[in-house]
Amino acid sequence: MEWIVPFILTVITASTPLLLAATGELVTEKSGVLNLGVEGMMLVGAIAGFAVTASSGSAILGILAAIVAGTLMSLIFAFLTLTLMANQVATGLALTIFGVGFSALVGSGFVGFAIDPLPALSIPGISAIPILGPILFGQDFLVYLSIAAVIGVGWFLAKSRAGLVLKAVGDSHHSAHAIGYSVIKIRYLATMFGGAMAGLGGAYLSLSYTPMWAENMTAGRGWIALALVVFATWRPGRLVAGAYMFGLISVMQLHAQGAGIHVPSQFMSMLPYLATVIVLVIISSDRAKIRLNAPACIGQAFRAAQ
Amino acid sequence: MGVATVTSTTGEAGANTVKGAGPAQLEVRGVTKAFPGCLANDDISFRIEPGEIHALLGENGAGKSTLVKIIYGVLQADEGELIWEGKPVTIASPHDAREMGIGLVFQHFSLFETMTVLENIALAMNDVRDMDALRKQVLEVEKTYGLPLDPDRHVYTLSVGERQRIEIVRCLLQNPKLLILDEPTSVLTPQEVEKLFETLRRLADEGCAILYISHKLHEVKALCQKATVLRGGKVVGGCDPREETAKSMAEMMIGQKLTAPDRGEARQFGDVRLAVSNLSLESDEQFGTDLKGINLEVRGGEIMGVAGVAGNGQNELFRALAGETEQEAAPDSIKIDGKAVAHFGPRRRRRLGATFVPEERNGHGAVPDMSLSENGFLTAFRRMALSARGLIREVPTKSFADNIIKTFDVRTTGSGAEAGSLSGGNLQKFIVGREILQDPGVLVISQPTWGVDAGAASAIHQALLDLAAKGTAVLVISQDLDEIYAICDSVVVMAEGKMSKPRPMADVSIEEIGLLMGGLHDLEGQENPAHDTQVEGGRLGQA
Repeated sequence: MEWIVPFILTVITASTPLLLAATGELVTEKSGVLNLGVEGMMLVGAIAGFAVTASSGSAILGILAAIVAGTLMSLIFAFLTLTLMANQVATGLALTIFGVGFSALVGSGFVGFAIDPLPALSIPGISAIPILGPILFGQDFLVYLSIAAVIGVGWFLAKSRAGLVLKAVGDSHHSAHAIGYSVIKIRYLATMFGGAMAGLGGAYLSLSYTPMWAENMTAGRGWIALALVVFATWRPGRLVAGAYMFGLISVMQLHAQGAGIHVPSQFMSMLPYLATVIVLVIISSDRAKIRLNAPACIGQAFRAAQ
Repeated sequence: MGVATVTSTTGEAGANTVKGAGPAQLEVRGVTKAFPGCLANDDISFRIEPGEIHALLGENGAGKSTLVKIIYGVLQADEGELIWEGKPVTIASPHDAREMGIGLVFQHFSLFETMTVLENIALAMNDVRDMDALRKQVLEVEKTYGLPLDPDRHVYTLSVGERQRIEIVRCLLQNPKLLILDEPTSVLTPQEVEKLFETLRRLADEGCAILYISHKLHEVKALCQKATVLRGGKVVGGCDPREETAKSMAEMMIGQKLTAPDRGEARQFGDVRLAVSNLSLESDEQFGTDLKGINLEVRGGEIMGVAGVAGNGQNELFRALAGETEQEAAPDSIKIDGKAVAHFGPRRRRRLGATFVPEERNGHGAVPDMSLSENGFLTAFRRMALSARGLIREVPTKSFADNIIKTFDVRTTGSGAEAGSLSGGNLQKFIVGREILQDPGVLVISQPTWGVDAGAASAIHQALLDLAAKGTAVLVISQDLDEIYAICDSVVVMAEGKMSKPRPMADVSIEEIGLLMGGLHDLEGQENPAHDTQVEGGRLGQA
């Protein structure tokens, strides 16, 4: 049974970047904006975080840099789609492609660098409790932040007036405009939050998960984060469950190989994506739930009517 | 000629401004607003005193909605000014308007479908309030003004009438000094209208000014003390509705003589073309109404009205007849020209010569982002042969749309205009025209003149009568009893998913219909034996 603690720890580290990015995208989508550039924003966040940490020696500065970089990426997207009203799907795809190339360009000088991973929380006595100690009290602060963020977003959407306004903009931008809310401003803010969280998710990869830089190191996690938002039917509680389930599946493939289970490794690496497809099909069959939680205006450009 | 009228009436409106003793609640001075290609408001002036109920009359496209949006801060005027309680003001946003005490009940509801009633109300409040306190206030206002609503229901499950109640409650909660209502009664029952009027009169007595926009001129006559008439973006006159007739006001609005719908010669009814027998259907919506044992028969040449309060199964009935709901009922529970069709989808029913006009224009009756000619193609391509070998035949498609625009006097820039750019009434004329010009054997039409002005409504009514004269069976689902009385030969009433027996129009009083709308249970038993002969007699009498 001694494998169980390390196993759970790797599940947590595999899930955290997904949860961070998906939480941001959930807020973006709730405002009616579909930003498919999560993968690109994560990569740019990852390299910004790594480069600043490696040059300055301060992980805090690196994390701030990742947030700023992710936000700037999302601002490009917001300007193109909200101000210039470009198509959101095409712009999001372009943003991902741009992020892949741009991060590789900036990161070429950092390949092979090593940094110290983010320090884990260590409370004398408590962190040493068997099993629970390392799992609950031995993580780095981004893990706690990811949980706090999703709880905060859940509270914000369910309880706060600003959250209600955000959902209103995503549900019917014309009605929101008629009542007097600034649709474009609210969508800018939501998109920027999404960018910041994606940048943070990227930074977690390059500063904690694997403290190094490698080209295209997100390896599709941005896309899984996007699928997670739909999987969760835009509800933060389910987002946590989804992120951890995907984390579990992706870690299982490594452990299955380690345990000598004879399943083709290709099949195991396919699992998270297969699960995404199956889950999306199941979710889509419940129309009432989709209807209630999906932002009705998602992906539509808003033009103030006469 | 138009110019002369304008100058004289602007003078008249100017003269009005001297009358009031204190400062007006709101005075509109010379407001002008131009959009690319149209002058929506041209030098509009009028004033509303505190406690006055003032009607704003005008056809679709006369500029009423634009003016309302300017007063509510959604749009800014190009020229002119607004004087509020004697002081010139700039209303930069709806937030400002609400701050000043202006409330607006929108014509196209500004509601959020997936949110609850309470959340919708909270969103339109300027001050942030505690949800529980707000719930209490909402329930209080509902009780005081008799507007029942469950605060926790989701809007998408509500009928149009119920949705409107949200908007009204939303305004009343803010203790408005000026309340603007845009077409408020088009979806209410006579009893509900009376209740609303009581509410409005009470508000006016408390000193609230009310700007009332409606096409129902006898309501304007019953409620309003003053009226300003707009035509083509200009003020063309003002009057005291209490001293006018509905007809004279309608003529002032459209600028020409109005003719009542011509029912023509008494029509002979042919064979049954639309038959529904024992149709029971569970609603596919969570809070919908299940249909319970619906029976009806509409013959060729007959116009049958379906009356009832919104949300009593009319939407479900329409969807069942149009084939939009997946049917589990027996195939022969719905027959078109004798053919069992309950298991058919909308396209196969259309192929049999049935056409359908739903209540909601944008998104259901038409695709807002598509042009009129594309929208025409979508339902008419088979009957009008607009497609060949899988391709769209451009020329006939365009000329079909042009024909609708011409025949039904649709005000638009042309068949290339997006459906969503048309005003509600004009789009309705287009959709009704599209289905009528296909020369259907059966037409099912829901709320044919909701939010449509007098001129357009009478054109639509006439078109329906002409269609019936050609032998079409027409089923009109309407909450507007005047409409049912104006055009229908017989009427059924829906309440709680059940349907009353058909009654010839001539035999049934408005009170009886009102009772049936309230629920069928009391009348059901005693009526059954005598009923069929009664209907037969009525029909024979008419024939």
